[in-house]
Amino acid sequence: MRMPASSPATEAPAHMDTSVEIEDVAVRFRTRRKDVTALHDVSLSVAAGEFVAIVGPSGCGKSTLLKLVSGLMKPSKGQVTLLGEKVDGPRRDIGYVFQRAALLEWRSARKNILLQAEMRGMPSAVARERADELIAMTGLTGFEDAYPHELSGGMQQRVALCRALLHRPPVLLMDEPFGALDALTREHMNIELRRIWRETGTTILLVTHSIPEAVYLADRVVVMSARPGTIDELIAVDLPLERDYGKTMSEPGFARATGRIRDLLGAATSAD
Amino acid sequence: MAVQSAREAPVGVAERARPGVAEQALRVLGRAWRPAALLALLFAGWWVITATGLVQPYLVASPGDTFAVIGDKFDYFWQNTLVTLWETLAGFVLAIVVGVLAAVMMVYSPTIERTLYPLLLFAQVIPKIAVAPLFVVWLGFGIEPKILVALLMAFFPVVISMVTGLKSIDPEMLQLSATMGAGPLKTFYKIRMPASLPHLFSGLKIGVTLAVTGAVVGEFVGANEGLGYVIQQANGNFDTPVLFAGLVVISLLGIVLFALVELLEYFVLPWHASRRVDAATTSM
Ligand SMILES: Nc1ncnc2c1ncn2[C@@H]1O[C@H](COP(=O)(O)OP(=O)(O)O)[C@@H](O)[C@H]1O
Ligand SMILES: [Mg+2]
Repeated sequence: MRMPASSPATEAPAHMDTSVEIEDVAVRFRTRRKDVTALHDVSLSVAAGEFVAIVGPSGCGKSTLLKLVSGLMKPSKGQVTLLGEKVDGPRRDIGYVFQRAALLEWRSARKNILLQAEMRGMPSAVARERADELIAMTGLTGFEDAYPHELSGGMQQRVALCRALLHRPPVLLMDEPFGALDALTREHMNIELRRIWRETGTTILLVTHSIPEAVYLADRVVVMSARPGTIDELIAVDLPLERDYGKTMSEPGFARATGRIRDLLGAATSAD
Repeated sequence: MAVQSAREAPVGVAERARPGVAEQALRVLGRAWRPAALLALLFAGWWVITATGLVQPYLVASPGDTFAVIGDKFDYFWQNTLVTLWETLAGFVLAIVVGVLAAVMMVYSPTIERTLYPLLLFAQVIPKIAVAPLFVVWLGFGIEPKILVALLMAFFPVVISMVTGLKSIDPEMLQLSATMGAGPLKTFYKIRMPASLPHLFSGLKIGVTLAVTGAVVGEFVGANEGLGYVIQQANGNFDTPVLFAGLVVISLLGIVLFALVELLEYFVLPWHASRRVDAATTSM
């Protein structure tokens, strides 16, 4: 089932620049009790402007993979190149969204978004304008001055998304951003994220547990298996760029991709 | 987009409760009547055992005598209260400065933490009443030894609460800060410091009451002014009403300072969970 690193699917589509290049990476954690190999033999190339979703069982190293790309973690072996530059320490040319919104509870929605600008020392006029733009784009209008505890989970996640997009990062890393949301809100967020991606042209790496979410959103889906965490297969999603949520669900390409992923993940769990 | 927002509005935002002044006053009354009733009951008990002659007046002064003596010697009590207040505040403020600095160093350096912790614990468990005479020998009969005892008493809860606060921050928030390119200083004052304030304030509330105790303990050992001195004089003279009056004034001082710290917290942390209308609250 495992594809060799040189297989065509691991390469980014040839006509585009490479945004993220992961080369034969391994990650080992040494804890007091035992050594854990979180990632093993992982190679992946993501083109500029591409949307890649990552699915796999819990503990297969999906979060670790994003941490490697952002430079929050160093690989034990191999290397990661982001925007043509070897990753060595935390990178600031990315946006990051976690499962928990991780908002500062003493700041209003807008102030939370603007934290990004304050930390980077962006000119405040530019930042405020961009924040307003994003607030409108994500449907937060009217909630700018609300504090995190006054916002629903979906709204909090929108704030986190705006914060991650404020500085127009060329690469956006999302680690199960909608995992804590109810199904309906999640659907809205998927549609909005797809639209935002189309509008901004950002390269997105999205970790998710939802197979339909992965297929609806992504150009390619990375399917991983655990122990040790590695890439099982890369699935190119055969769907048009313009994706209406309801219509997409009934496309044959959608059924093919989700079916394949389900088979792979089922095999991964039954092999446990 | 407007349509979208309108549709999402009902689920988007929890209703923000902004109670009016009258409603707020009622709420305070509603909360205050129980402790007030208990206090009244204690006073009644005090009054009953003295008025019925159950205990001799030289053992327990009556409430009437106690408050009468405060009125009679108001200047005397006021002057000595100011002395104790000054010692308490000086010790408390120093405890905050030293405590917060120590906590920051301990959180940022595990080596410093390992080095300081045993020392802190030692400083905490050693009985202050036992070392206070030593401070008098070193520093004389002025206010310095009292400030030092107050500082020592208040220091521990401040350090512990600040360390807990600084460590309580969500690690993902710190990682996020790293991807924003923020240096340690910016991360500290924009994220870590504000996040630790609720913890710090619970330490400050304990610390300020301990600082009062510390100042009085310092005065017991060697002083010619302050509320501790008042009590010791009264004790020596078998002047039970003054002794009781001193106790009442010290308690009041502690309560007022505690309330001031709570008030400060109210203004500094308007965002904190304990202030949300539906959140469970405790009175301490
Ligand atoms: N800081 C760490 N120390 C030790 N082990 C870790 C650490 N982070 C992750 N791991 C281990 O690495 C593996 C992959 O973790 P993670 O990337 O979080 O998985 P996923 O996000 O796919 O659920 C897990 O077995 C986890 O226990
Ligand atoms: Mg994870």
